[in-house]
Amino acid sequence: MFDLSPEELTAIHLSLRIAIVATLVNLPIGIFVAYVLARWRFPGKVLFDGFVHLPLVLPPVVTGYFLLILFGRRGPIGAFLAENFGIVFAFRWTGAALACAVMSFPLMVRAIRLSIEAIDRRLEDAAGTLGASRLWTFGLVTLPLALPGVLVGSVLCFAKALGEFGATITFVSNIPGETQTLSAAIYTYTQVPGGEASALRLTVVAVVIALSALIVSEIVQRSAHKRLARFE
Amino acid sequence: MIKVAIRKRLGAFDLDVAFENEAGVVALFGRSGAGKTAVLNVIAGLTRPESGRIVLDGRTLVDTDAGVFVPAHARRIGLVFQNAQLFPHLSVRHNLLFGRWFAAKSRELIAFEPLIETLGIGHLLDRRPARLSGGEIQRVAIGRALFAAPRILLMDEPLASLDSQRKLEILPLIERLRDEFGIPIVYVSHAVDEVARLAARVVVIESGRVVAAGPVEDVFGLAAVQAGESRFDRASFITGRVAGYDAAYGLTELHHPAGTIRLVGAAGPIGRDCRVIVRATDVTLAVARPPGLSVRTVLAGTIGQIKTNDGPLAMLVVNLDGHGHIAAAATRMAVDELDLAVGRRVFTLIKTVALDEHTAALLRP
Repeated sequence: MFDLSPEELTAIHLSLRIAIVATLVNLPIGIFVAYVLARWRFPGKVLFDGFVHLPLVLPPVVTGYFLLILFGRRGPIGAFLAENFGIVFAFRWTGAALACAVMSFPLMVRAIRLSIEAIDRRLEDAAGTLGASRLWTFGLVTLPLALPGVLVGSVLCFAKALGEFGATITFVSNIPGETQTLSAAIYTYTQVPGGEASALRLTVVAVVIALSALIVSEIVQRSAHKRLARFE
Repeated sequence: MIKVAIRKRLGAFDLDVAFENEAGVVALFGRSGAGKTAVLNVIAGLTRPESGRIVLDGRTLVDTDAGVFVPAHARRIGLVFQNAQLFPHLSVRHNLLFGRWFAAKSRELIAFEPLIETLGIGHLLDRRPARLSGGEIQRVAIGRALFAAPRILLMDEPLASLDSQRKLEILPLIERLRDEFGIPIVYVSHAVDEVARLAARVVVIESGRVVAAGPVEDVFGLAAVQAGESRFDRASFITGRVAGYDAAYGLTELHHPAGTIRLVGAAGPIGRDCRVIVRATDVTLAVARPPGLSVRTVLAGTIGQIKTNDGPLAMLVVNLDGHGHIAAAATRMAVDELDLAVGRRVFTLIKTVALDEHTAALLRP
């Protein structure tokens, strides 16, 4: 039963590509935002924090609709990007990646923020007295020590992106070969007669991908922990 | 040369501290929570004062009136943290080289090998900080701060987390840094013996304010200022000249106009001035030179001050013949029965076993 059809393979391939792109794009922004939330103090921080976490609590369809309004062909941002840079999100796989990135962003930020907050500030102070500017301190002390959190955040982000459904389908619809991800494909197969076998196969694939991601992150994290001395 | 005059609001009280130091070691002395560490943080640039000025070697680091605030990384001030704060993800070698790499631009690098040797950490270079002992951690932390080629070194109770054996390892090391590398040090401590051994000048801080400042003998010699209320914290300093070392008995003799001071071990070369710390509880007073005692140090003097209340204890200050004062703790009963009063001639007896080379500081010739 494990002969995957070309359509199923396309959906898997597309899902992986979207999840990986979403994770990679989120990573630098997520690290920066997590650092800001963990270390900076500024007026309106509560509001900013809430805004970052909004996709986590909003119904995904609402988030997808927001994206459609903003990044659609006639949306203010979408039109601007299309005219000036030729980047189009609407009904493209890039749009699916954007939707997945937005939806998984808060999960990534949370994990990284927690690990940054666990770092003793005096270590950053020490780096400062040794001549390291804020940026160097971040690169040489904060980021390496937050690495376990960055890994966890990336895996969470990847898994969330892989399973994203509501926002994606609202924003870029369900076009086979372009925006039909694993989840959308499974949903589609359950809606057509005789699609159960395909749906089941894709379900198994989804489980295998998610589980492998978890195991890989666990292994990497353990070796990172071994290298990193624990705080005594 | 460092000049500090700062005000900063802390939780329980306001910090208002001013002092300056030409060279050598100045100690910030006071009880825990007196604001000593807060002062260091402000000098290092880790926190901002509400108002004040900090000038180091003619360079203004902070001047709130002029809006000057040099960030920590541009100050070239080394800070040895109380808990070392070594980077746990880096080897000892990379911890040491961290500041050196940033200092490389200024081209005043401290040679790697000699300092490693002085600190005795050559065999630790490839280890992680988690696998070091307490004494090793502090030595690496001192090395890390020095390799950044600082103009001044701030040390925040670097010995507080060590047992007494480890302390005796690190103390001579800091003395060598002071004497051989000639780096000025601001040394924060609440331990009288550390201050006595290392510092030439002391600034006593209480609840965020300077209550006394000056040469160590002056500040500690008079009973006026003592950070510790407890009689066990009272101590005074006597300076004598090394007169000889009795190898047969293992005792050093110091010359003082009031008598000969004997201490355990070899304190230093003949002719050098040597400062000994004497705890008030190690001093016995006698109205006549007593015969048949095991005590080897008898100093003659006159009672200069008696402080007592309705409690069982009294604190006396004896002005020694020649120079110096010595604080002695006694019971109020003894004061009454011996008829001790200001101006009376007395002999202060100090058990030699209470004095040794570790509590003696050789003064710069």
